Amino acid sequence: MPGLEDLYREIILDHYKNPRNEGEFPTPPAIKAEGHNPLCGDELTVYVILEGSVIKDIRIAGQGCSISRSSASLMSVAVKGKTLQEVDRLLSIFKSMMSISTNTSGETEAVDPVEYSERELGELIALQGVVKFPVRIKCATLSWNTLVQALEDRAS
Amino acid sequence: MNTHGLEAKPLNVSDIRKDFPIFSQPDGKSLYFLDSAASSQKPLQVLNAMDNYYCTTHANVHRGVYRLAEQATELYESARGKIGRFIGAPNPSREIIFTKNATESINLLSNSLSRGTLKRGDVVVLTEMEHHANLVPWLIAKEQLGIEIRYIMVDENGYLNLDNIDEVLRNAKILSITLASNVLGTINPVSQLAELAHKNGAIVIGDGAQFVPHVATNVTALGVDFLAFTGHKMLGPTGIGILWGKSALLDSLPPFMGGGDMITDVTLDGFSPNELPWKFEAGTPPIAEAIGLGAAIDYLENLGMDRIREHELELLSYGIEMLESNFGENITIHGPRNINDRGGVISFDFKDIHPHDISQILDQSGVCVRAGHHCAKPLMRHLGVAATARASFHIYNEQSDIDALIDALAKAQAFFG
Ligand SMILES: Cc1ncc(COP(=O)(O)O)c(C=O)c1O
Repeated sequence: MPGLEDLYREIILDHYKNPRNEGEFPTPPAIKAEGHNPLCGDELTVYVILEGSVIKDIRIAGQGCSISRSSASLMSVAVKGKTLQEVDRLLSIFKSMMSISTNTSGETEAVDPVEYSERELGELIALQGVVKFPVRIKCATLSWNTLVQALEDRAS
Repeated sequence: MNTHGLEAKPLNVSDIRKDFPIFSQPDGKSLYFLDSAASSQKPLQVLNAMDNYYCTTHANVHRGVYRLAEQATELYESARGKIGRFIGAPNPSREIIFTKNATESINLLSNSLSRGTLKRGDVVVLTEMEHHANLVPWLIAKEQLGIEIRYIMVDENGYLNLDNIDEVLRNAKILSITLASNVLGTINPVSQLAELAHKNGAIVIGDGAQFVPHVATNVTALGVDFLAFTGHKMLGPTGIGILWGKSALLDSLPPFMGGGDMITDVTLDGFSPNELPWKFEAGTPPIAEAIGLGAAIDYLENLGMDRIREHELELLSYGIEMLESNFGENITIHGPRNINDRGGVISFDFKDIHPHDISQILDQSGVCVRAGHHCAKPLMRHLGVAATARASFHIYNEQSDIDALIDALAKAQAFFG
């Protein structure tokens, strides 16, 4: 059985206890989306301020377990200041690491491993152990799915 | 509480555990199973009854005239009788309807009642502590028919707030209420509420999913008109549930699903429904599962429901005491303080540790508890939490399960502290 240290890395506990970019933005100018994890009742809201095609700022509000909260916090750091194209790339890398692949139009595709370097992933790599705990994958991907939702809602 | 006025003998848990193969895990690790409110484990007696049936007697019921088919029918129908007697049904052979689970039992009712009995503007009364199984079917009826749903709310001690009960029940057509909460454990004063509801001319439905497996049940004493419960929480298999109802009411309702077995005649223009209970059992039923549930009831009766309740009360008081003495202010236990008002369920919140993380860390020690909203989202909102952790008991649990829970919680605390 995989050990707890596979799941609860130091970085994860740090982001759980001291979440980055926590809070809300008024909408507009921000766009937002709400995400739910029906398994455990976790809820979070992602607020994004876009400037052209750059995520200028992001905030996340809600409640959740250590994995969903820390993943949201790590995501917020990873995408802040990035272009949508870069975010798309990060999303596919992250989903590939979680063995799920979803493109930005929300379709789930067959698992299609993406080539990437650890450097590209940065601190997100701390979540690598989550795949060994399949029920927790949904916790780790909740914030990413909600971000995709927010960006999509804007498009439509 | 036994009939001879003697002190009931406590359950012999170590003997009981020998009947449950799940406790001999292939890897030799201990299993501390504290999630029976979600689904209980099954004794060999139940597994063997189902195996034997498949190995020696299987044929479709109510169809063939050959011996095997007759024997299968007899086993199936005798399980119905057992189940009926177990809940004190006046007329088991007509009033016990086999369904898939408690959820289907309630959906059967909400659907059949929506075709004739319930009209736009009619009032259905539920409580704030219902499981989604006794909420969503009525919300669907609300959407389709425009019925009004009123709720009996939950107070800060985990009891139903009955202050304005006369008002809530006024002109109610239906009261549908859980006998015991799967989150708070609260055992509701159903017979008292049934009496009040009947005075208003309402039909009373009980959700016994968390009650029937643990407490001696008599439908007449409860005063309900219908009772729904589910086999897999009471040592039986999955895929079998029960709806009990008063014959006259069942007779007056239209069928739920159409198909084989539920008719006496079919023409190209119409059909006439079968008699009770088959009118509500369309298609080939879960035969082996019904037989398995019959064996589960034999097992429970053999132990005695009063002894089972005593056993669970002991675990409850030990569990609550240990949780509070070990974790004090760091733990919040939901539900009534008086254990006599609760079933074998302890839902709790741990300061600064999410239930999902608790359950994950507990799993590393072989301790199984449920973490989540327990299919009771409105109640979660009332409690102001997204989720709770829940430990729940059945006959095979003992103090060492609770000790393992306490040890594992201490680990979680150290880990996240
Ligand atoms: C109070 C209550 N009602 C109904 C149900 C539904 O049971 P089932 O899923 O077997 O239909 C449950 C099970 O969780 C329950 O706890």
